[in-house]
Amino acid sequence: MNLILRPVAAEFSKILTTRMWWILALVLFGYITLLAGGLAALFGGLDSGAITPDAMNAGGGGADLTSLGSVPLLIYSFASSVGYVFPVLLGALATTGEFRHQTLTPTFLATPKRGRVLGAKTIALFVVGAALGVVGLAASVGVGALVLGGFGVDPLLADGETWALIGRTVLAMALWAVIGVGLGVLVPSQVASIVIVLAFTQFVEPLLRFAATFTEVTADIGKFLPGAASDALVGESFYALTSPGMAVLTSWQGGLVLLAYGLAATVGGYFISWKRDVT
Amino acid sequence: MPIGAVIEFTSITKKFGQVTAVNDLSFTVEPGRVTGFLGPNGAGKTTTLRMLLGLVAPTSGTATFGGLRYRDLPRPLHTVGAALEAASFHPGRTAAHHLGVYTIAAGIPRTRVAEVLHTVGLAEHASQRVGGYSLGMRQRLGLAYSLLGDPGVLVLDEPINGLDPEGIKWIRGFLSSMAAEGRTVLVSSHLLSEVQQSVDDVIIIAKGELVHSGPLSSLDTNIAPQVIVDSPDRDALIAALTEAGLPFTSGRTGLIVAVPDPGRVGHIAFAAGVELNALHRQKAGLEESFLALVEGGDSL
Repeated sequence: MNLILRPVAAEFSKILTTRMWWILALVLFGYITLLAGGLAALFGGLDSGAITPDAMNAGGGGADLTSLGSVPLLIYSFASSVGYVFPVLLGALATTGEFRHQTLTPTFLATPKRGRVLGAKTIALFVVGAALGVVGLAASVGVGALVLGGFGVDPLLADGETWALIGRTVLAMALWAVIGVGLGVLVPSQVASIVIVLAFTQFVEPLLRFAATFTEVTADIGKFLPGAASDALVGESFYALTSPGMAVLTSWQGGLVLLAYGLAATVGGYFISWKRDVT
Repeated sequence: MPIGAVIEFTSITKKFGQVTAVNDLSFTVEPGRVTGFLGPNGAGKTTTLRMLLGLVAPTSGTATFGGLRYRDLPRPLHTVGAALEAASFHPGRTAAHHLGVYTIAAGIPRTRVAEVLHTVGLAEHASQRVGGYSLGMRQRLGLAYSLLGDPGVLVLDEPINGLDPEGIKWIRGFLSSMAAEGRTVLVSSHLLSEVQQSVDDVIIIAKGELVHSGPLSSLDTNIAPQVIVDSPDRDALIAALTEAGLPFTSGRTGLIVAVPDPGRVGHIAFAAGVELNALHRQKAGLEESFLALVEGGDSL
């Protein structure tokens, strides 16, 4: 048992003894607070009449919002639908940092079975990703519910579905961190890895998901994109607003697809970079 | 007291594409002695040590500690301590945290961190981020890592690089004391003079091949000694040596005659009536022997 627990504990120690984890957690919290708090205020304002649709000058966008039903859940889902880039980054940094700072040498000297190290990293990042999920939810649910409540809107905190969504969000964030680990071994260059994460999550995938809705065939493929799978797992996403008719996976399918991405990248990366000579 | 294991390289070879970095290297390193692993930069020393430690996969051959490959050691850090040339630290981590990570991975008591930092003289910098360390401090931290498991075998790649004179003096004494305790100590260097005061045995490689192995004293006999001779009347001396048919070259301090016996040169001068003001045997230094061996590698 020690053979697995020790490397996992060492990987936790690696994460917690550098500053990146709390910097990312802080930025995640601030970012989601801003978005969730802002949207909650907008919706709450519309609902309570403090903001009129005319005041928005947006051609009745407010009316659409109220017709969507579970707006609180939509707001809460920001933790993962927007925040997923943070666990991916942390996971990618955890692996690429080992290459960049040549810490693979002391790591592999202490644990010569390399697969065990990569497995330990995956487990540790899964847990830390879940923790980032909790941070994101503290912002989206904590701040979102507070603002909604302030406007007299029911934040649905007594609703079992809300707590199920919270649990699925934590799982999604944990799986994203695993995908980050896999990306880091697939693309050991830290700069390249970060560029890929940012470009893909912020630009390429949103475009692909949007383009995929144009035909039925592409929509069937598009629902397997990692971001789409993640949203399917969580069950709510503001992407559903932009294309209501979009094909989606069921929740558990989305989770499996996300896990498959993480494991495929990690196993591929193991052969591409992790098993290589450390010079 | 940890007992040192015998390190054994058996026909180890490493090819990077078309380039053969290490070619069919076989030698053993005994416990209780400091063994210098010498060769010019690019000779394949680091690659050989990384193969020994399982970091680089050999193309063929094996390297073992008491018969076990590194990856098969049940408790690697307790058996072998290694410090490699490359600076392997996350700059944002403190020295104590850096070492702490690997005590967890290897199941070593956390108290060892303070102990080894004290041993290498970094106790007061323990909670400083490694990013601010000098090269000498990084070397010491690398050494501290190698000592974590109190191992019976030490493998150190160029440990003297970047150390100040005080640090060099310290590490020489340190290596000798480790060997005196019965540990196996393998130290690489590209300069014999750097380690010759502390090594008992030498392994010399050039261009990835073994050119010499044996006790340090075995280097002495490798080059024929020469005789240095000089005279106030150097022309007369040259004439006498030419007459006698002895090969010689002109040096800064006199003529260098390629014979081992000063008596013979003295006799020739005496017979020719040439006054001498210098006559002595010059034994080539260890460094010259080393360089000659290493350059000899060119023709292999």
